[in-house]
Amino acid sequence: MSQFNTSSDSQLILKAENLKQHYHVKQGLFKPDAVVKAVDGISFNLEKGKTLAVVGESGCGKSTLGRMLTMIETPTGGKLAHLGEDLLTLSADAQAKLRQKIQIIFQNPYGSLNPRKKIGAILEEPLVINTKLSKAERKEKALAIMAKVGLKAEHYERYPHMFSGGQRQRIAIARGLMLDPNVIVADEPVSALDVSVQAQVLNLMMDLQKEFGLSYVFISHDLSVVEHIADDVMVMYLGKVVEQGTREQLFENPKHPYTLALLSSTPQLSPDKRRVRIKLQGELPSPLNPPSGCAFHGRCSYANERCKTETPLLRLDDQAEQEKGHMIACHAVEENRIENIAVGAA
Amino acid sequence: MSLLQLENLSVTFGNFRAVDNISYKVEEGEVLGIVGESGSGKSVSSLSIMGLIDFPGKVSADQLTFDGQDLQAMPEKQRRKLTGSDIAMIFQDPMTSLNPCFTVGYQIIEALKTHQGGSKKELKTRAIELLKQVGIPAPESRLDNYPHQLSGGMSQRVMIAMSIACDPRLLIADEPTTALDVTIQAQIIDLLIELQRKKQMGLVLITHDLALVAEVAHRVIVMYAGQIVESGPASEVFSTPRHPYTQALLASLPESAAGKARLKALPGVVPGQYDRPLGCLLSPRCPYATDHCRKVEPANQGDLDRQVKCHTPLDREGRPAA
Repeated sequence: MSQFNTSSDSQLILKAENLKQHYHVKQGLFKPDAVVKAVDGISFNLEKGKTLAVVGESGCGKSTLGRMLTMIETPTGGKLAHLGEDLLTLSADAQAKLRQKIQIIFQNPYGSLNPRKKIGAILEEPLVINTKLSKAERKEKALAIMAKVGLKAEHYERYPHMFSGGQRQRIAIARGLMLDPNVIVADEPVSALDVSVQAQVLNLMMDLQKEFGLSYVFISHDLSVVEHIADDVMVMYLGKVVEQGTREQLFENPKHPYTLALLSSTPQLSPDKRRVRIKLQGELPSPLNPPSGCAFHGRCSYANERCKTETPLLRLDDQAEQEKGHMIACHAVEENRIENIAVGAA
Repeated sequence: MSLLQLENLSVTFGNFRAVDNISYKVEEGEVLGIVGESGSGKSVSSLSIMGLIDFPGKVSADQLTFDGQDLQAMPEKQRRKLTGSDIAMIFQDPMTSLNPCFTVGYQIIEALKTHQGGSKKELKTRAIELLKQVGIPAPESRLDNYPHQLSGGMSQRVMIAMSIACDPRLLIADEPTTALDVTIQAQIIDLLIELQRKKQMGLVLITHDLALVAEVAHRVIVMYAGQIVESGPASEVFSTPRHPYTQALLASLPESAAGKARLKALPGVVPGQYDRPLGCLLSPRCPYATDHCRKVEPANQGDLDRQVKCHTPLDREGRPAA
């Protein structure tokens, strides 16, 4: 992290422009391939020490986005830059180097750790592959990181099955930190955990962010967790961003009908925080055969003819000066067809 | 008379007490929420009501009655008639609870045939009617679908259709929406509550989502390591928790913390089979624990309407009583 001490706080770590991932799906011998647009044109800026949350239902492409950012998959279109260096046009060697700086934590800590390896071996594997450290140095580093995430030194010799879910997620976080990354992509890191353990892991992630100046791309479907941890939020629907803005803009002044529906569907503990429930009909359409126009029009109560034919573009909300950077892709918002209903108590 | 009444129900697997002397009752037309972390015994206790605990598990209770009938004393055949018709259950994962080898229609009709009988045609019309009730569009065509052709929300609707097929008076829903997205979760919960109101069923809603219970349940039970630590009306339990565990659970929710502040996490994890502490089971994790707590197990205080299992229950300000 030392190389960043000289730079200013608002340093741009990751910049994505019109990122796309289209898959070709065989339909049969004589039919042309279908195209699934898993992620279709996503742009964002991620600054040092900030958290970008990606929200959406299953199948909206948020995990695919995570896999592209870590270069597990190569995007089929668009630009991705890490500290100004384009990740997609580099040589394989240079890519491998940069890849160390973007690490990922997976959702299920029961599946993401090799059951046949000891914790020490799991943590040291990235070092074995990517560095020339000696055995003793590797162990020293592993123990140091283990202490940082709240694991004890004696855990070094243990196997994953001897740990609870929360501790396993700590191990997964430690593994992500081994190569001193700048960015951690966390794909639903707490959704498999119980509430009290979830709080421990969220606290740990926030502490580590402060200590190392990490940037997070936090992929989640749990809006209460996102509201707690995020600086910026991106709401995705069927591969596209429907609303993007800061946490305050998204949670205090949500605009897109889908964001409103998501927020109103999330159960709230305190009665005065509850919103008027907006009932969404139906389910997420198949990405193989997406609806024409706005992908959300079939479930949206504000949809009109224009929504059915014309795809809305992500555009700045120009209602007020303070809404700078708040982007919405919706014809109804643009035409001011949505009355202010969802904010306030039920 | 209560619809379901349990007194000192325990479920043991060998030496391990998965459920430890729990007592509660469910009234007709009531929504009872059971919350707790994984391993707290909430699923096992409901399985034991359904009679689904297999060897080597052992169920014992001072009282286990449904509508005045003793479930323990009645012959196996008679109990089998009750479960699935008068007492029904919805399981957590709809994708794995449906048999992948049979069509949805076959599975719904199977339940109807076992409990009610009727001609093939009657059964089919009834199945279509049920699918319509749970809000499945074009139910006639869905009958011939296999589970893999349905989405998660649809499968859970089919599960609900199956469980309400025989007009149960008590419905146990074990984490019915955990595997689903929020917008679908809202749809399913609305559907369950609507059915519950219409049919005046007793509904036991088991979940780890505290906010969900706060929104829909009348009464709530908080379980920890196989024991009921607190119970009472939902609004009271969530606004003025009396057990330190309930207080800690509520405090660890992200929505109770302001901004990006640290969450108040309870240290440690739920004790497992081999690390049960002496005295109060929460004592190693409890911020208020005293030596007395570590040695002596607390008794239940209060009546069944508002109960807390703690030596020093919290007062209205959330501080332990002296």
